[in-house]
Amino acid sequence: MAIIRDMIPAFELFQPTTVEDALALMAEHGEGGWVLAGGLDSYDWFKDRIKRPEAVIDLGGIDELKGIIDGQDGLEIGAMTTLTEIVRHERVRSEYILLADAAEHVATPQIRNQGTLGGNISQDTRCWYYRSGWACYRAGGNTCYAAAPQAMNREHAITGTSRCVAVNPSDTAPALVALDAKMTVRGRRSSNVYDAEDFFIGPATDITRMTVLEPGDLLTQIDIPSEWANAHFYYEKVRDRGSWDFQLVSVAAAFKTSGNTIDDARIAVNGVAPFPVRLDAVERLVKGAAVDEALAIEAGEIAIQGSRPLKHNEYKQPMMSNLVRRAVRSVA
Amino acid sequence: MAEKIIGTDIAPQDLVAKITGRAKYAEDFRADGMVFAKLLLSPMPHARVRGVDTTKALAMPGVIDILRADEVRQIEGRPGEASLTDEPLYEGQPILAVAAETEEQAAAAIEEIEVDFEPLPFVLDPLDSLRPNGPNAYTGGNRFGGGEFSELKWTDADFEEIEAGRMPNGEAAVEWTKGDIDTAFSESDLVLEESIVHQSLTHHPMETRSAMMYWENGKLHAFVSTQSAQRTKYAIAGTLNIDPEDVILVAEYCGGGFGSKISGNTHMEVPAVFSRKIGRPVMLRITRYEENYIGRARPGFQSWLKMGFLDDGTCNAIDLYIVQESGPFGAGDFNTAGMIADLVYTPQNMRFRGIAMYTNTPPKAAQRGPGGAQIVIMMEPILEKAARQLGLDRLEVHLKNAPDADVGFGPRNSTLTSVYAKEALEKGAEIFDWAGKQELSGRREGSKVTGIGIGLSPYTAGSRGYDGLMVIHPDGKLYVHQGLGNLGTHSIMDTARPAAEILNLNWDQVELVWGDSSRGMPRSSVQAGSQTTHAHSRANHAAGMDARAKVLEVAAQTLGGSPSNYDMDNGRVFRRGGGASMTFAQVAERAIELGGRYDGHELPDNIHATTVPAANMLAGQGLMGVARDNYGGSGGVYSWVAGFALVELDEETGVVDIKEYVAVTDCGTVLHPRSLGAQVLGGSIQGMGQAMTQRWVFDPKWGVPFANRLYTARPPGILDVPLDMKADAVGIPDPQTPVGAKGIGEPPVGAGGAAVTSAVADAMGGHCLCRTPLTPDIILAELEGLSQPFTLEQHIG
Repeated sequence: MAIIRDMIPAFELFQPTTVEDALALMAEHGEGGWVLAGGLDSYDWFKDRIKRPEAVIDLGGIDELKGIIDGQDGLEIGAMTTLTEIVRHERVRSEYILLADAAEHVATPQIRNQGTLGGNISQDTRCWYYRSGWACYRAGGNTCYAAAPQAMNREHAITGTSRCVAVNPSDTAPALVALDAKMTVRGRRSSNVYDAEDFFIGPATDITRMTVLEPGDLLTQIDIPSEWANAHFYYEKVRDRGSWDFQLVSVAAAFKTSGNTIDDARIAVNGVAPFPVRLDAVERLVKGAAVDEALAIEAGEIAIQGSRPLKHNEYKQPMMSNLVRRAVRSVA
Repeated sequence: MAEKIIGTDIAPQDLVAKITGRAKYAEDFRADGMVFAKLLLSPMPHARVRGVDTTKALAMPGVIDILRADEVRQIEGRPGEASLTDEPLYEGQPILAVAAETEEQAAAAIEEIEVDFEPLPFVLDPLDSLRPNGPNAYTGGNRFGGGEFSELKWTDADFEEIEAGRMPNGEAAVEWTKGDIDTAFSESDLVLEESIVHQSLTHHPMETRSAMMYWENGKLHAFVSTQSAQRTKYAIAGTLNIDPEDVILVAEYCGGGFGSKISGNTHMEVPAVFSRKIGRPVMLRITRYEENYIGRARPGFQSWLKMGFLDDGTCNAIDLYIVQESGPFGAGDFNTAGMIADLVYTPQNMRFRGIAMYTNTPPKAAQRGPGGAQIVIMMEPILEKAARQLGLDRLEVHLKNAPDADVGFGPRNSTLTSVYAKEALEKGAEIFDWAGKQELSGRREGSKVTGIGIGLSPYTAGSRGYDGLMVIHPDGKLYVHQGLGNLGTHSIMDTARPAAEILNLNWDQVELVWGDSSRGMPRSSVQAGSQTTHAHSRANHAAGMDARAKVLEVAAQTLGGSPSNYDMDNGRVFRRGGGASMTFAQVAERAIELGGRYDGHELPDNIHATTVPAANMLAGQGLMGVARDNYGGSGGVYSWVAGFALVELDEETGVVDIKEYVAVTDCGTVLHPRSLGAQVLGGSIQGMGQAMTQRWVFDPKWGVPFANRLYTARPPGILDVPLDMKADAVGIPDPQTPVGAKGIGEPPVGAGGAAVTSAVADAMGGHCLCRTPLTPDIILAELEGLSQPFTLEQHIG
């Protein structure tokens, strides 16, 4: 069978207006159904004719999934809230600027207008072997082309790999891990809340998925607890160009401080593993410590311990180390 | 008194249509009974089609027919591109096309076609092809000459050098020398030697090369995306072997080409032949993914450079060797690069050696400043290094080595019509405040280091001898018929300005006729090589002078006296000192009555044969101005851009932030300042992308490219360049052309790219990375002392 790209095959489109209806449609169509948020990831797959759902369930008409609410304990963000809305939201900006910063680093204004927070954190990896439709582990095959000796893997993982070396591409994911966000996932009969760092899974858990979401599951809400409101935040994303580009490495950090001393910290890095990596060892190092350049350097060194580069991404070790160093340094 | 037109900002005539969406590009056209075609692309970099089973596809709903390679023109026995092939030479080369009632049906049918491919050996990297026992791009060899394929391999000893990261010096295909390089190097105070790699990168114009075509009463109606127009009509006729007058070409708008759509393109043949076969209009929409493969790319270089300097900064000798990654069908960039190196740095002693190797990568073609952009982007950081080691100011080194108008360069000691490169450097340095900015060079703030750089970039900017064709109609307006393409550069509008000024008309008294060959197109230059501003300001000047003479003659014949008694202004010809007058409307009517040469029934003997059908079409419609550019001239026409950049390099991330940029051009008389600024800065941005972000990536084992999408190819975006960039011009007319204007499209690319690579070298303390693009990983790996994953390989792009 010959291959052709850039032509979306026909599918049946459903546009439910309630979560209940969406869940019912998802149950009805099972593996043949596809949940569509902003479409920035989905339509790429459809255009390439690699993912060919029979039924697309468009969440765009479900109002209860949109918008940001001042909750009892922090913010409750509907999964279909656009990235632009997050970037512009007054309380996000005043209390959780880390999330606004991260959201503003996504792609372009047009993509942020269309893209949603739920979609941004649920998107699939951009490994170009996998996205080209090659039959790799993640696609159900029996090899990883990106880890082959001659493979082009400058953008791939240096840690957290297990057969697959693809990275999580989300800009907002590490910010949500640093903010200790809670993800509400609804199925037809149950509802679960996951800590952000557990929402993202690696290939050792399931090589075909990037998150806990299984067919029939719907991410409905992301809660940002007030615990980290108004903390000292640091976000940085290194990319090849200034817009419409995924990260090479990004860092998101939240620090509670007393003067120059870090009382508590949550630090996450993305672009280095198949999931956003929370840096527990670095957090332990910096908690209770007064920040100086030596601490920042040590934090950077600890951050990359155990990482192992592929042929073309050795640079990610110093890049990650330096970003963590800068995050810690920013407290001083 | 008619308004001043040359040198003023006038909105181009097509502006409103473009911004309101009324402009129709090739894929916007429809015709009764139109069907869609889709292409089946090769999944392998080199293969032979052993068999094709189309049974299932032909039985699918809506499917009309399939077009195979044996139904289109094939080039046998030599490297040459066919629109469809049974021996693909790169991944993505079209094998066949399917036509169906809808595009979806055509795409679905492609998936049901079984093609039996026999994989063949392939090569991506020219050096691999030169390796003893290395693979060849063609089954017959890796070289073609004297009518046959052969093999050229370097020796094991040559490749010992490569293991050490140095270019080997194996046998070259092209070699020229001037002076005595051995003596010059021995007498030089500083000799630098570097191996430098420049990536290959796709053109990726915003509009892909879609085309719709149909046949009616023996004539082909072709709606296409092309840089040129009149020349594209002839190119299509040539491909199909039909009378050019049987081609009705419609190409009013073109969403960019950068050299990839000069006179049409190979794959236009598909809708033409398919439409003839099935008797229905055929639309072939090319997607971004397909454009990535068939849309052309700039060739990459792997090169070795040795430069000798005297202690006063004089470039004393250059020894340059370029191995070019040429794709399956070749490209000429490397030869141009050698000439430009000689022109920019004027060594009196030079050796150029080069070899272009066929590879199984998508086809290469001229890309804005072909060869010239690559070589200055590669060499300017070396100049930075030399100036630093000699303790000299780079601007002074540039001024010392930049040529004057008496320059002779390249293997044939070519000459130029004018050179004001030094004036461009000096004006640019003033606007940029080069002297003040020197203080900032090497400044460190936290992890950020400032660097400043200069890029001096020349390129061809004109040609001669084309025809102008225009008619004053009985509505009193001047209709200028342009055979150029509407590439978006505005030269299609702006080159009519000289005729308006010669006839003392206001611009609203001028109508431009373009984009439809049935309305009459004179013999024109291709819209490439930055020729058109020079070539057609001359041609329209000549035809304008012809029209002016005829207007005066008609007035004299009608109102008495001699032509010299008359003058004209604002659409009226009048007797000097008062008295009788005629409107241009009356002149046009009178010209039709007089007939003969006045209304185009008699044509000058010296115009091109290909202008005659267009002039015949217009004869009798009014007073015709028609003439060939016989102004002559000697030497090549080159424009120059001097670019100045200030960057901040973050040593902890490898990210380079371009903070300031100034470009000043020597392009002769400025026809349209705002449009010139857009060309100079737009081209500079393209060069910055070439230097910093844009690339291709190939998997060396499987031979296939990634970075097939715009977001993975990474052309520069507006956030990658300074908000406040400045462009200006020297504004000295070229003395050999009546309007004084030269072209501008090409040279900004090298200036923008080289100013940045040079500034990065400055920020790194004179260290040259000698590889593009300068992505953060490459820079950071260097700063951190890591081993670079690549030495001379091309795979990263």
